Amino acid sequence: MSSTAHLTWFARHEFRLAWREWLAMMTGGRRRRNRAVIGLLVFAAILHLPAYAVVARYVDLRFPLDPSSLIVLTATIFLSWALMLSQAIESVTRVFYARADLDLIMSSPAKLTNIFSIRIAAIALTVSSMALLLSTPFIDVLVYLGGPRWLAGFGVVLAIGLSAAAAAIAVTAFLFRVIGPSRTRLVAQIVSAVIGAGFVIALQVVAVLSYGTLSRFAFLTSDTAARIAPAPDSLVWWPARASLGDLEIMLLLLAASLVLLGVVMAVLAPRFADTVASVAANPAAVTQGRARAFRSGSRQQALRRKEFLLLRRDPWLLSQSLMQMLYLLPPALMLWRSFSGTSTAIVLITPVIVMAAGQLAGGLAWLTISGEDAPDLVATAPLPPSRVTRAKIEVVLIAIATVFAPLVVALTFASPQQAAVTAIAIIIATASAAAVQLWFRAQAKRSQFRRRQTSSRIATFAEAFSSIGWAATAALALTIPVAALVSGILTLLTLAIAWKISPRQA
Amino acid sequence: MTSQLYALALRGLTKRFDRPAVDALDLTIRVGEFYALLGPNGAGKTTTLRMVAGLLRPDAGSVSILGIDALADPVAAKQIMAWVSDEPMIYDKLTPLEYLEFVAGLWGIDPRTSEKSARNLLISLGLEPHLNERCEGFSKGMRQKVALAGALVHDPRLIILDEPLTGLDALSARHVKGLLQERVRTGCTVIMTTHILEVAERMADRIGVIASGRLIAEGTLAELREQNGRNDTTLEDMFIALVDTEAAAA
Repeated sequence: MSSTAHLTWFARHEFRLAWREWLAMMTGGRRRRNRAVIGLLVFAAILHLPAYAVVARYVDLRFPLDPSSLIVLTATIFLSWALMLSQAIESVTRVFYARADLDLIMSSPAKLTNIFSIRIAAIALTVSSMALLLSTPFIDVLVYLGGPRWLAGFGVVLAIGLSAAAAAIAVTAFLFRVIGPSRTRLVAQIVSAVIGAGFVIALQVVAVLSYGTLSRFAFLTSDTAARIAPAPDSLVWWPARASLGDLEIMLLLLAASLVLLGVVMAVLAPRFADTVASVAANPAAVTQGRARAFRSGSRQQALRRKEFLLLRRDPWLLSQSLMQMLYLLPPALMLWRSFSGTSTAIVLITPVIVMAAGQLAGGLAWLTISGEDAPDLVATAPLPPSRVTRAKIEVVLIAIATVFAPLVVALTFASPQQAAVTAIAIIIATASAAAVQLWFRAQAKRSQFRRRQTSSRIATFAEAFSSIGWAATAALALTIPVAALVSGILTLLTLAIAWKISPRQA
Repeated sequence: MTSQLYALALRGLTKRFDRPAVDALDLTIRVGEFYALLGPNGAGKTTTLRMVAGLLRPDAGSVSILGIDALADPVAAKQIMAWVSDEPMIYDKLTPLEYLEFVAGLWGIDPRTSEKSARNLLISLGLEPHLNERCEGFSKGMRQKVALAGALVHDPRLIILDEPLTGLDALSARHVKGLLQERVRTGCTVIMTTHILEVAERMADRIGVIASGRLIAEGTLAELREQNGRNDTTLEDMFIALVDTEAAAA
């Protein structure tokens, strides 16, 4: 096989792997390729409706725009870039730590620089493809209503996808050099989570501190932002100009992204082999004196302590939890600002907190109930399954109480009634999320946490609707109590339907 | 003879998936016996043992463990039993010592005795240099040893092992075999499945051969030879002959 043919063959192999990984994620590991493809097409078609609602009013936008619009558009593009960067960092980390084929590749006579170049390109294309998939309905609507100049949007999406992948690879390689392989996994995962949410949250924090609102657009559309914004011909606005149909700038951006990716491939691909070797040679973490944790107490206490210890030592979960906590930062700041008693917007905090509690509880409940790495051990332990389940649910409740109690206590000083409603709603949202996980439990490894939402679509939707429903109920209880009754009943109905169709019930 | 004298008594044990995996199996294993359960792939060995360990609910039949009805009182049965699967399932984020302490906690063992016992077990299995390392970097053999130590830390009276020697190096395998024989000497009963027939030949007091979910032969090595009509044959030859005959009959 010639060198080119060999590279092409390996590229095909990489894309097949990427496709199957994606398919497994979409179908929860079940072989339903046709259904997944049809589902995807239906989803893409349906996405045109919200896309129409969001972008139809902007079809006549042309450069030059007023400063506020330019800032909002640029910020939106930057947000997309940050999200793609987050996704790409996650992909790169997975390539280093989770692929089972590295030993095979490293021991093969293939030229490793070429192999890793293709792998970098595959990451870039995967990230860009996902971005294209999600942005296509929006661009379609703009092209249909506003003309072909909006086709430039595809180029912009591709450019930001390629540049985000290049940046992700550079960031990960930099982390390897600076902090070593063992810490890179943790730090990269946290960085990935923080980048994904950080930009939106930062905007909200600024909005809360400056304008007393949770709206992230408050700062972007303010006079202050317009005053400090660069001149209209600045490079900063190039992505916005390109997305508005400036073909020349779009091509320049695309070319720059390709060059950036090419440089990253040329510089970092040869070092990948060393990096992979250093990951493999990474010594195991040493932990002194922790066994004491299990030495006293009942069997349920041993189970609870085990769950807490595993949660604390799970860097991936740490990053996921951190993201949930980051979302709590703006409402916490809002709370702090509202102590003066001048703002009525404090009511908004309750649904945010309840929703965060429901989502966090869902994740924790999955980890404790389904994500059991030694199911045989626990199943053969001399205690009834009901007590095992109870111990695991207690872990979720304790964790949620630890995280949210300080916020509820702080809320008590501002409004005891709101604090009481919030506390009750947190408990109900947590119990609902745990119940959904119990009804839909499917034994899995903790490392499969990322795929938990694909193992049961019904469970995912039930969990999300329950969190949203209880958040809305809590907000309505504080403003329109009669409506809260309706919302509460609807949420209970959602849970009842989920229970009825769950495998536990069937 | 009452069932209290048996470490394990199975009567009419049945489990069906798409086809019968275990077919009205009767099996009796005496206290203090080292019993090797052999059979080709898919014969129903693991299914049988998983039902005994309480990991699978049988469709029919009974399971008695040292006189305890394991289906009626699974907690009491589990208290005196240990299960080690062929795929060691341990917690990556715990150290071996922590894992054993956790197992001891689950079985409600006095912490003062479990700590010493855990340490000694791990040392005897050659894991002393790794006592405080998290299991995430361990090889399959090391993980298997940790899982085995976990099964022994609560001093079970019946130990069920599914392919315990898979992935172990020669020295580790010898450690494990020594440890199991030591337990048998102290009155513990060991039931083990293995595809390494030499191990069964050397270690087992009695051997059972299972095929298509049914026990097709059972006895000491000498008894099996007698049943086979040849005194000089190896267990491997007898096993292959038995399985071939069964397959031909099916």
